[in-house]
Amino acid sequence: MPALNILLEAVRVAQSPVWMPPNGALHGVVLDNLMRWNLIALSVCFLAAHGWLIAAIVRRRKFDQGSKQLETAFRWATLTALCAMYIWMAITAQRLWAENRFAGPALEAMQVEVVGEQFQWYFRYPGQDAAFGATRPELVNAPGGNPIGLDTRDARGKDDIVSSILILPAGREVDIRLRSLDVIHGFFVPEMRLKQNAVPGLLLHVHFTPTVVGTYPILCSQVCGSGHARMQAVLSVLPPADFQTWLTTHEHSRAQENAP
Amino acid sequence: MRLRLFTTNHRALGILYLFLALAAVTVGTLLSLIMRIHRVWPNLALPFLGVLKPEGYLALVTMHGTLMVFFVLTTAPQIGFANLVLPEQIGARSMAFPRLNAAAFWLTAVALLVLLAAFVVPQGAPISGWTSYPPLSAIAAAGPGQGAGMDLWLASIGIFCFASWLAAVNMLATILGERRAGMSWSHMPMTVWAWLITSILTLLVFSVLLAAIVLLFSDRHFGSSFFVPMGDLVNGHIVGRGDGSPLLWLHLFWFFGHPEVYIAVLPGMGLATSLFANFARRRPVTYRLMAAMLVAIGFLGLLVWGHHMFVSGMNPYAGTGFALTTMAIAVPSTVEVLCWLAMLWGGGLLLRTPMLFALGFLSFFIAGGLTGPLLAQPALDMYLHNTFFVVAHFHLVMAMAGVFSIFAGIYYWYPLITGRMMNETLGKVHFWITLITAYGTFFPMHLSGLAGEPRHYERLSGPATSFPTLLPVERGITHSALLLAGAQLFFLWNVFASARRGRAAEPNPWEATTLEWAPENERGRVERGPYEYEIAMNETNFHPQWERAAKEE
Repeated sequence: MPALNILLEAVRVAQSPVWMPPNGALHGVVLDNLMRWNLIALSVCFLAAHGWLIAAIVRRRKFDQGSKQLETAFRWATLTALCAMYIWMAITAQRLWAENRFAGPALEAMQVEVVGEQFQWYFRYPGQDAAFGATRPELVNAPGGNPIGLDTRDARGKDDIVSSILILPAGREVDIRLRSLDVIHGFFVPEMRLKQNAVPGLLLHVHFTPTVVGTYPILCSQVCGSGHARMQAVLSVLPPADFQTWLTTHEHSRAQENAP
Repeated sequence: MRLRLFTTNHRALGILYLFLALAAVTVGTLLSLIMRIHRVWPNLALPFLGVLKPEGYLALVTMHGTLMVFFVLTTAPQIGFANLVLPEQIGARSMAFPRLNAAAFWLTAVALLVLLAAFVVPQGAPISGWTSYPPLSAIAAAGPGQGAGMDLWLASIGIFCFASWLAAVNMLATILGERRAGMSWSHMPMTVWAWLITSILTLLVFSVLLAAIVLLFSDRHFGSSFFVPMGDLVNGHIVGRGDGSPLLWLHLFWFFGHPEVYIAVLPGMGLATSLFANFARRRPVTYRLMAAMLVAIGFLGLLVWGHHMFVSGMNPYAGTGFALTTMAIAVPSTVEVLCWLAMLWGGGLLLRTPMLFALGFLSFFIAGGLTGPLLAQPALDMYLHNTFFVVAHFHLVMAMAGVFSIFAGIYYWYPLITGRMMNETLGKVHFWITLITAYGTFFPMHLSGLAGEPRHYERLSGPATSFPTLLPVERGITHSALLLAGAQLFFLWNVFASARRGRAAEPNPWEATTLEWAPENERGRVERGPYEYEIAMNETNFHPQWERAAKEE
């Protein structure tokens, strides 16, 4: 019963305000609002155009063509209104884009590195020295415990923490440095309203602030090979105190590993 | 008419092009059905194929996209239809370069065979999608199918570029040089305007694609490094020894890829204008404006490629620039739609099958076009990029609008080619089922996309999420897609049965005005516009372009 399925599903989703998963990021409030108004405006246009089309189809021929001037005026008014809508869309969304991508993160933002490789995401925290250690592709050895190729000769890397789960504190801005070891991947966190490709050879930065405590999927949004659909990870947003506990524990165990 | 295989007759070549597109669309549709079935029943063993592997699914995606975009939507509405009627529409006896024309067709056929051969080489067809982003497409070890399969893909598209190039040179030379006396710019049917623009676009953008393909091939086999960065590590081996950039491929590819959309859809826009004028029996008062807007769309179409790259790592300021050019291209498209809606408003439309499909084209052009300005906003595309929302968008505005324009053209020109009419009842049944199931297939994909479901996922259930709420939507889409494909049997039956048993057609069955319907011996100067339908004394009348203009009184 395809038709019935579609209908039932349509009724179900129409009850939620926007058909996106609940937002968990600071900038997502504005984004969701824009998305909602865009979808409403476009749906109105869609329905109006089709109403017009159906009316034209069922109408019998009109021979006396009314006032030509009125018709022309109407056409230009419609065009002006639609152009005004496009300009409104461009301006409102541009403000959000500029806020997210033109401006860098705050200086006190937390640093996390995200590394994509076929077919796994890794996350690296810089440790107490707040600096990432050097990595080299020839040192990459996932079974040997070095999935991103940390260079042990670099002292800055001694306290780096590499995780396969992304753990973040709620309410603190995070500055992600994003890279890929092999092919292009897409770092996509639907609930954080965030997507950015990870491109080999480029070090890209994106920043956002998770606000809602919870567990969220991280997906790969750029086809990257046979394991693309299972290249997923988990983002866990913790209350700040819990995050601090997690971080201290891991910094501790790193320090013990390094102890002579 | 008798169809000789190695012909240089343009109309015969047009038919051959349409048969090639039919072969490609048949394979492409079957692939998409396997994909749809696998997505909702991922563990189902399919006849002949067994349980599909993840790479098998991605190979289907790649081949489906490549077949449909290149071998259906680029060939049929542009080169296929232009060969059927372009010389006649401008009052020429033939194309400018008949042998070049034939060479272009045979190269296209070779390209299709080379592409299909990718299914039978070791590891099968490539898995990197029709956009073939490197390094996945540059390194054979990056995945199954990226060796011989990928090489065949590159060879096929390289040959296709060359073939399209020849066809475009031929079309352009024909339009510029072979018009009959009096066939001025403002006397050209809108289809000719569209083919003029698509042939210029083809020359410009397929050249760039061919260059990109040569560079990628060189990266794969001659040790160059245009697209692979230093230190790139694939499958345990360091393959990046130069300083290439994957982003370069994205720029080159989308410089081709976006105008490609207009190459697919502009002929449909021209045909819709002709059919609306014909079946509404109205002269389009905004003819000049509509022709100018087609030119504007073609020109702006060359400046918007970056909207495919908002989250690709491109400079965010460039994203803003491309967002603005993309918003700008919405304006001429909107003007076109408003002109069509105004043409139709008078009512009394003759709802014959070609007209129904032209109206369907308009419906999909609106439905898919409207999400264009939404996706043109980098901030919102940041969420929707590469989700099913985009799949819905381009399947409506490019695929369904394109396919409906192909149907409209076939139903419309069928009597011209075969001397017989297609069955109206079957045509209408075909139209309504196709319209409803096409919406049923592609409209719900907006919901999957808003829910965040990425493209190219072979199954919904992954380690971190399974999109549980989407399963009913996905099942509905698959059912609808099966019905959509099944409905095409009405069309195939109608095409082949009507060729033998269809009602004999009158010389100008649609009472059309353009020159392809002119009697054989009419070769005088063209003195009339393309759409001189008029309403006088409560009666409709029409003046075909082969008629002498009335004397000034």
